[in-house]
Amino acid sequence: MKRFFIATLLLAGGSVHASTPEQRGFQVFRQICSSCHSLNYVTYSDLTGLGISVPDIKSYASQHQVPDGLDEDGDPKTRPAHPSDHIGSPYPSESMARMANHGGLPPDFSRLALTQEGGSQRIIHILESYTSAPAGATLPPGAFYNTAMPHLHIAMPQPLHDGQVKYTDGTTATIPQMANDVTAFINWTARPHLQARHRTGIFVLAYLAGLAALLGILKHRVWKRLKTLE
Amino acid sequence: MTERSNSLSEWLEARLPVITAFRREYVNFAMPRNLNYLWNFGAFATIALGLLILSGIFLALNYTPTVTEAFASIEMIDRQVSSGWLVRAIHMGGVSMLFVSLYVHIGRGLYYGSYKAPRELLWLTGLGLLLLVMTTAFAGYILPWGQMSYWGATVVINALNALPVIGKPLAAWLLGGEGLGNTALHRIYVLHFVTAFSIIGFVVLHVAALHVAGSNNPTGIEPAKTDDTVPFHPYYTTKDGLGLCLFLMVYAGLIFFAPDILTLADNYAQANPLVTPRDITPEWYFAPFYAILRAIPSKVGGLLLAAGSLGVLFAVPWLDASPVRSARYRPILRIALPILFLAFIALGAAGMHPPTGFWLWISRIAVAYWYLYFLVLLPYLPLVEISKSPPSSLQEPRG
Repeated sequence: MKRFFIATLLLAGGSVHASTPEQRGFQVFRQICSSCHSLNYVTYSDLTGLGISVPDIKSYASQHQVPDGLDEDGDPKTRPAHPSDHIGSPYPSESMARMANHGGLPPDFSRLALTQEGGSQRIIHILESYTSAPAGATLPPGAFYNTAMPHLHIAMPQPLHDGQVKYTDGTTATIPQMANDVTAFINWTARPHLQARHRTGIFVLAYLAGLAALLGILKHRVWKRLKTLE
Repeated sequence: MTERSNSLSEWLEARLPVITAFRREYVNFAMPRNLNYLWNFGAFATIALGLLILSGIFLALNYTPTVTEAFASIEMIDRQVSSGWLVRAIHMGGVSMLFVSLYVHIGRGLYYGSYKAPRELLWLTGLGLLLLVMTTAFAGYILPWGQMSYWGATVVINALNALPVIGKPLAAWLLGGEGLGNTALHRIYVLHFVTAFSIIGFVVLHVAALHVAGSNNPTGIEPAKTDDTVPFHPYYTTKDGLGLCLFLMVYAGLIFFAPDILTLADNYAQANPLVTPRDITPEWYFAPFYAILRAIPSKVGGLLLAAGSLGVLFAVPWLDASPVRSARYRPILRIALPILFLAFIALGAAGMHPPTGFWLWISRIAVAYWYLYFLVLLPYLPLVEISKSPPSSLQEPRG
C-alpha cells in the first residue's frame, strides 16, 4: 500500500510540469487579463480544481490586497488575500473600472463562456482578429480595430502579443496558442465541475442501467405468473 | 415477555393501524391488470417531487434571499460548497422532469377519460397540484436573481397588475410595495417554500382520492371479475420500479451530460434592472402559457385567455358529455385529442420565439383549437360521433 502511495505521488509529481491548456490559460489570465478583468465568483482555492498546488495558490493570493474593515482611526485597512477570498476585480469599484477603460466595463470572467454569445469559439475569434486599421478607417476614441466585431472596433486594446508569456512548460506562446489556452481557462471557470460531473454521470448511468436490467428480469418473471395461471 | 414482544405489531395495530393500512393500500391493493407504461408517470412525478424537496432543503442551507447576495450565494453553491453543483443540478433538472411527468400524466388522463365519474375529485386535486407546482416553479426561478429571473418576474407581475380590481393589490401584496427588491425577493422565497410543502399535502389528497375510486385503465371499463385485477405488489412495484430506473436514467443524462439545456445562459448574468434582455424567454414548461399570454394584443385579454386555458381543464369532467371513457372507442376524439397535444407543443415552441409573423399565427391557431376542443368538441361531439362499443371485459385483446 505504502509503495502504491509513493508511486502515485511520484507520478503526480512528475506531471506537474506537463501543463494542461487550462493551467497555461491561467498563466495567461494571471499575467495579462487580470490587469483589467475580474473573476468575481471564483476563489483562489477553487484553482485546486485546475491542479494548481496549494503553496502556489497561497503565494498567488498573498500578492493581492483585500479590504479588511477599518483601523482604530476609522481608516480602511487591507490585508493579503487568503485562498478562501474571491479573486475579484483589479479595480476597487465598477465606476473606477469604467473610468480606466474609456467608459467600458471589462466583463467578468466567471461565467463569460456561457453568457458570451457564440461561447468560447467567439472569444478565440475575437482574440485572434486584431489587425492594424486600414488607411482611411476612422475609429471612435478608445476603440481598437478588430475584424470579429460587427462594427469592426472593440474597446479592448489588443491583449495578446507573440511571446508575451513565458510558459513554465516551455510551450511557445504564439497568439493562437495563448487565445486557445486562455479560453480553456475561461471554459473551466464557467463550468468548474465539468469533469467530476461527467465522471459521476457515467457511474450513475452504469449503476441505473444495471439496476434496470435486473428489474426488467424481475418484472418479466413476476408477470409471467399471470400467464401460467390461465 | 416473549408474548409481549411478539405482539408489538398488535399493540401498534390496536392504537394506530398503519401496518394493515399499508398492506391494504400498497401491497394487496387491487390494480387493473392491463395498465400500460403511461400509468408510470404518476410515480415519476412523485419521485421527482421527493428529490426536489430534498435537494431544495440543502440548497436553502446555503442560499441568501437578498438582492445583493442572492446571485453570489448561488455561485457559491455551484463552485465552493462541496457537491453543491450536484445538489443544484438535481434541483434544476428535477423541475423539468416533474413538469414532463405531470404533462404526460395529465395527457394520459385526458386520453383514457380518467376524469370521468367517479374520479372527478381525483382530476381536480391533480389540477390543484399542477397550479401549486407552477406557482412554486415560478417563485423558484426568481430566487437565483439572474437576468431571466428578474425580467421573467417583471413580465408576470406586469400581467398581474393588469388584472381588473384584484390585480394591483395582489401585485402589491407580493412585492411589498417597493418594486422587485429585497422585500419582494424574501416574500418570493417564503412563497417558494410554503407552496413546495403544500404540494405534499395535496399529493396525499390526490392519492387518497385514487385509493377510493381505484385506477382507471386503457379500456376505461371498471374491473368486474377478481382476475381483472392484480395486487399492487409485486406486479406494479416491479413495473413501476423498471419504469423509474429508465426515468432516472433520462434525469441523470440531463443533469450530468446536458446541464446547459436546463437553464438559459442569460440567467448566469446577475439581475440588472437597467438592462432589459433582448428576448425574455420563459422556461420551457411555461412557454405554452406565455405564448397564449402574448397571442392577442391586450394584456388583460391575454392573461384571461392564459388563465382560462387552465380553467377549462377544471371543467372537463362536466364538459365531456360522452359516457364512453377511453378515447380508444371514440373514432373522432381519438384524432381530435392528439391534435390538442400537438397544439400544446406548438404553443410551447411559439412561447420560445418572439411573437411576430409565423409564430404569432401558430399560437393563435393553437389557442383557438385549445378552446374549440374543450368548449365545443367535448360537449357536442357525442351528438355526431358514433362510438365503438367497448369490450365487455378489460382483459379482451384490442380489436
